[in-house]
Amino acid sequence: MSENMINLKIDGVSVEVPAGSTVLQAALAAGVRIPTLCYMKDANELGSCRICVVEIKGGRGLAAACVYPAADGMEVFTNTEKVRASRRQTLELILSNHRMECPTCERNGDCELRRLAADMGIDSIRYEVEDLEPQLDESAPHLVRDNSKCILCRRCVAVCRKNQQVGVISAADRGFATHIESAFGRGLGEVSCVYCGQCVAACPTGALTLKRSIDAVRAAIDDPSKHVVVVPAPAVRVGLGDRFGMPVGESVQGKMVAALRRLGFDKVFDVDWAADVTIMEEGTELVGRIKAGEKMPMFTSCCPGWIKYMEHYHADMLDNLSSCRSPQQMMGGLVKTYYAEREGIAPEDIVVVSIMPCTAKKFEVSREEQRLENGCMPVDYSLTTRELSDMIAGAGIMFGLLPDEAFDPVLGDSTGAAVIFGASGGVMEAALRTAAVVLAGDDADVPLVFEDVRGMEGVKEAEYEVGGVKLRTCTVSGLANAEKVIRAMEAGEAAYDFIEVMACPGGCVNGAGQPMHSPFERMMTDVKGERAAGLYALDDSMPRRRSHENPEVKALYAEYLGEPCGHKAHHILHTEYVPRDTYNV
Amino acid sequence: MPNCRTVVPFSGTPEQEQKLREVIARYKGTQGPLMPILHEAQDIYGYLPEEVQATISEELDIPLAEIYGVSTFYSRFSLNPKGEVKVSVCLGTACYVKGAADVLAEVEAQLGCKAGSVTSDGKFSIDADRCVGACGLAPIMIVNGDVYGHMTVDRVAGILDSYRGEVE
Amino acid sequence: MTAVETYSAILSQIQAEAPNAPVRVTVGMATCGLTAGAQPVYDKLKDLLASEDGVAVDRVGCIGSCFLEPIVEVFDAQGGRTTYIKVTPEKAVRIAEEHVKGGKVVDEYTIAGPDGPGDAPTANVEDAGFYKAQTRIVLRKCGLIDPEDVRQYVASGGYSTLARVLDTMEPQQVIDEVKTSGIRGRGGAGFPTGLKWQFTANATSDDGVKYVTCNADEGDPGAFMDRSVLESDPHAVVEAMAIAAYAVGSSQGYIYIRAEYPVAVRRLEIAIAQAKEIGLLGENILGSGFSFDLGLRLGAGAFVCGEETALLTSIEGNRGEPRPRPPFPAVKGLFGKPTLLNNVETYASITWIIENGGDAYAAVGTENSKGTKVFALGGKVKQAGLVEVSMGTTLRTIVETVGGGVPNGKTFKAAQTGGPSGGCIPLEHIDTPIDYNSLAAIGSMMGSGGLIVMDEDNCMVDIAKFFLDFVVDESCGKCVPCRIGTKRLLGLLEKITSGKGTLEDIEIIEGLCAHLQVSPLCALGQTAPNPVLSTLRYFRHEYIAHVEEGRCSAGVCKELLQYSIDPEKCTGCTLCKRKCPADAIAGEKKQPHVIDTAKCIKCGACLDGCKFGAISRG
Repeated sequence: MSENMINLKIDGVSVEVPAGSTVLQAALAAGVRIPTLCYMKDANELGSCRICVVEIKGGRGLAAACVYPAADGMEVFTNTEKVRASRRQTLELILSNHRMECPTCERNGDCELRRLAADMGIDSIRYEVEDLEPQLDESAPHLVRDNSKCILCRRCVAVCRKNQQVGVISAADRGFATHIESAFGRGLGEVSCVYCGQCVAACPTGALTLKRSIDAVRAAIDDPSKHVVVVPAPAVRVGLGDRFGMPVGESVQGKMVAALRRLGFDKVFDVDWAADVTIMEEGTELVGRIKAGEKMPMFTSCCPGWIKYMEHYHADMLDNLSSCRSPQQMMGGLVKTYYAEREGIAPEDIVVVSIMPCTAKKFEVSREEQRLENGCMPVDYSLTTRELSDMIAGAGIMFGLLPDEAFDPVLGDSTGAAVIFGASGGVMEAALRTAAVVLAGDDADVPLVFEDVRGMEGVKEAEYEVGGVKLRTCTVSGLANAEKVIRAMEAGEAAYDFIEVMACPGGCVNGAGQPMHSPFERMMTDVKGERAAGLYALDDSMPRRRSHENPEVKALYAEYLGEPCGHKAHHILHTEYVPRDTYNV
Repeated sequence: MPNCRTVVPFSGTPEQEQKLREVIARYKGTQGPLMPILHEAQDIYGYLPEEVQATISEELDIPLAEIYGVSTFYSRFSLNPKGEVKVSVCLGTACYVKGAADVLAEVEAQLGCKAGSVTSDGKFSIDADRCVGACGLAPIMIVNGDVYGHMTVDRVAGILDSYRGEVE
Repeated sequence: MTAVETYSAILSQIQAEAPNAPVRVTVGMATCGLTAGAQPVYDKLKDLLASEDGVAVDRVGCIGSCFLEPIVEVFDAQGGRTTYIKVTPEKAVRIAEEHVKGGKVVDEYTIAGPDGPGDAPTANVEDAGFYKAQTRIVLRKCGLIDPEDVRQYVASGGYSTLARVLDTMEPQQVIDEVKTSGIRGRGGAGFPTGLKWQFTANATSDDGVKYVTCNADEGDPGAFMDRSVLESDPHAVVEAMAIAAYAVGSSQGYIYIRAEYPVAVRRLEIAIAQAKEIGLLGENILGSGFSFDLGLRLGAGAFVCGEETALLTSIEGNRGEPRPRPPFPAVKGLFGKPTLLNNVETYASITWIIENGGDAYAAVGTENSKGTKVFALGGKVKQAGLVEVSMGTTLRTIVETVGGGVPNGKTFKAAQTGGPSGGCIPLEHIDTPIDYNSLAAIGSMMGSGGLIVMDEDNCMVDIAKFFLDFVVDESCGKCVPCRIGTKRLLGLLEKITSGKGTLEDIEIIEGLCAHLQVSPLCALGQTAPNPVLSTLRYFRHEYIAHVEEGRCSAGVCKELLQYSIDPEKCTGCTLCKRKCPADAIAGEKKQPHVIDTAKCIKCGACLDGCKFGAISRG
């Protein structure tokens, strides 16, 4: 590549960067961070917010560094008075049309706009500031949109359309009236939004915020008649630490458990345990389908965003989805049946609170078809990692000083196969680990690690020979990639047996409920990759790394469920899906 | 945001839908089919209601929100039907310097609605045009395609009255 | 057969089939003529002369004299030309009977008659002063041929240049000729056209596809040059685009045209279809092996689509939002392919340039601005219309000689060029030669050709506000400085025109204008402050008067006006009281009336109504 390098000067400093770099990238190479707002590498490269403007020698106006191609011999100035004045003017203009209620805004702690204003030393706004009323869309179960705080960076539009191929929001109208909304002003809850929440994760301000259930959870904890069980998902333990200054991706499992106890939850179980159960069920289902040659290929069903996507956009393929409920729902279901019966607690007195990296889980807990035979919903509240972090901070718990504690027994033990569920490829690998042993008859000479399904690429194809059966697998993250794979299959260009799909790029580690990272932080740190690495490190450290080896799961089947995919399991652990319209016109 | 919501119930006919599908079929597979389809769909229906845009969305495999974004960007695309009598006043520079703003204000006052909207009885709609290119006759008012040049405020009421009969 | 031979065969056939009509009667039927009532005139002439041997009645385009429409011309068998103006069906009867049939010119209806402009010594428009001051290259066939009949274009030599190019010129020779001509883009920015062609020719694409596109999204309020050319001589653009496609290596073109121009759209559709039919467009043109197909794409009412990247984005089927440059369209344009984009007037000059040579074109105009420029002259001039002058002609010549000066005894205050991107030229610069550099030096710009004259009744702050209002309406909303900055600028101007402005606001305005000049994504935003900056430069005193004295000397800014009734003159007739929509006038019958200034909405109804001159505005 060295022949494809170019040389340029950033503020007098010579740098060599690959041809095709932008001025922004070249500046980073020179150790200069040019501020950005609308820019999101690869997803949103519009040059529209004009915060990243720089002077280029010989150029007439200012250039947007995020999209301006660096060229050999170019001289760039990023910190002249002309540049500073322009950025300041632009930011003042943005602020003049932004509903500023910073102390009471959810994004108060991590608002990129606020950060920028502080960095640029904005102490007044020379323009008349619009007196804006909130413009709320609260129709979706997972988020609130408030256009009065929207700065029209369009990062949400880009992730929804490009990464997720859902495209339920767009810029509408034009000029000063331009705003982001769904077609014909419908609420997000009324259109084919899959509730993945990636738009929220992309929003630099408080225009898109999560719906929160903290108050209800606190009330349940305070209610002595309720037995409140908390169940965190695999990816939460490698995300939560971000909020408390831990290195990105480092597992804080032990401290997390300790914090949950201190918040007053009666039991701290682990969704990883249910992930092991999922493998028992889904693995059995897959083997059954392969043998019967029916409903193939089989798609995983752990991800509620993916499920809703299929219901809206590929209702004709719902049979190809595994009938397994997600680990969250299996967990809640088993808490309110198996655990309740075992402990002699009335299921209606149990409150199950899940901690999820995910926003679609807030919708999943309300899916009526998953109501248990005892009348209870499996999970009562689904909190995001961010909500948990707020509860911890709000309770004054000094997270970094907490001791490591262990999950409560019976529904708390898990294997390495379960914890990797949080990364794209994890469900696939966990399934392969168990399937290989089951199909081979014993675990001698059977591989434990399936390297080809790991990593952050959006589409990973791999073929394995397990127990004499050839298994064509595809591991997908990001719904746009899923759509690509489905279309390739429909066109006869690709064929698989087993396909894992996670709606969020990189899997649950990159879920929209995780602590926020700005595009700049994500440019400097591979956030999702580090979190996945944290999960694989946990996996490495576990004594048992195949789901069927989990003693508590063995006990579950021996004492309660009987066979995987048996009659009892069918009611508690499996579900059906509902076709949904794309446009409800 | 007068151009962001459809406020009248949809009343498309099967014949219109047939035509729409023909138009879509004609452009599907060509480069950049959306704009011509929206133009012709508006010719068929008189406006671009949600039902029509949803059909286009499905056929072209473009999200409805995106088509909506396009249809609200361009001022000629309307999400609501125009009045039976379409009144427009040119606000090009040549007309403006010769008093077109006063003419428009008079039209608005006479009809009791603002440029870009329709009277409550659906009979008249007003638009402010950006130069129709007949600057020699400035200022210009156009009613249902009839051009009135050298307009003055005084003439507005009489001209509008002559169209009232058409919609009674 | 060579292309030229094939062309000659086509031409011969057209000439052979042409009706034998030594007398030709033409009716100007571009939009300006049609809106003035040309259709019934044409119908009447057709009706009266249909059976007349040796007489043809032709629909033609616009000769540019909007103020004289409807125009009928009679070209007699002896080569004489008679120009009739402001023709009605009734006048047409006399023209048909007395002149066409009887051979006697109806003097009082001609351009030299009592309704004429006064500078026409003969009945032939070519002798009129306003016409003689012009140099017609782009408009050379406008108003002379039927735009809906390709045969007339061919008969006038049309497509012979394309044939010759295909036979005898290498693509690079064509580009060199354009370079030699020195022509700069007529859409407004003035980029050298030859260079643009060269860049596109040099660019490569993976599959070899390139596009040639035409910007006919003429959106400047008050500009109609492109409409007129397309309505009057559409093949001039079609032929030029084919030549351009040959030069840059393209086989597909698009014309992006405003849907607001139905006549131009229809005539282009006809032109493309007819050219294809006789083998001048489409596959294997004139048997040369060169193919070029051309399609129309309609705009939908977004001024920003005149910006080149927004135009391409719109053709692709998106919101017409500009894209960052680089990459420039020449490298990566429509559908990601190298794309040549020129405007209508630029293309309409190309055939002449190739025909007569780049040197001949370069001989017209000034050192840095070659050739001619078409202007849509309007506003406060007696003779509004479309004019083509050689570059370097002074503004005075255009306003006074071509435009006939300011009407109604008023005085010239300023001329505005460049529309919302341009600026005002005050009286002190009326002798400025019109060329790219001179206009830029005085804070205006060439623009696409809108030229609006203003007199003492126009408030310059109001004019700046008018353009800002336009830009706010037409900003695409993508980038922050344009979306919010123009809105704030408009707010500040409104503050001033409503008498609430301060001197500090003027400073903030200037700071914001400076910001807008360098920060927005595209030229729409970058040029948006120009009308404000140029009026501030030449008419700062008007801004100050609004702010400090609460006075609008032109009497335009309503909120600054005070209406009062002179008790000496008031007869107490009560008419004003009854006319007042705000119930702001009080007074008994036969007693002097009084205006309650708090209630007054400054509509002026009382002033217009008073028969005794008792009401004044100040």
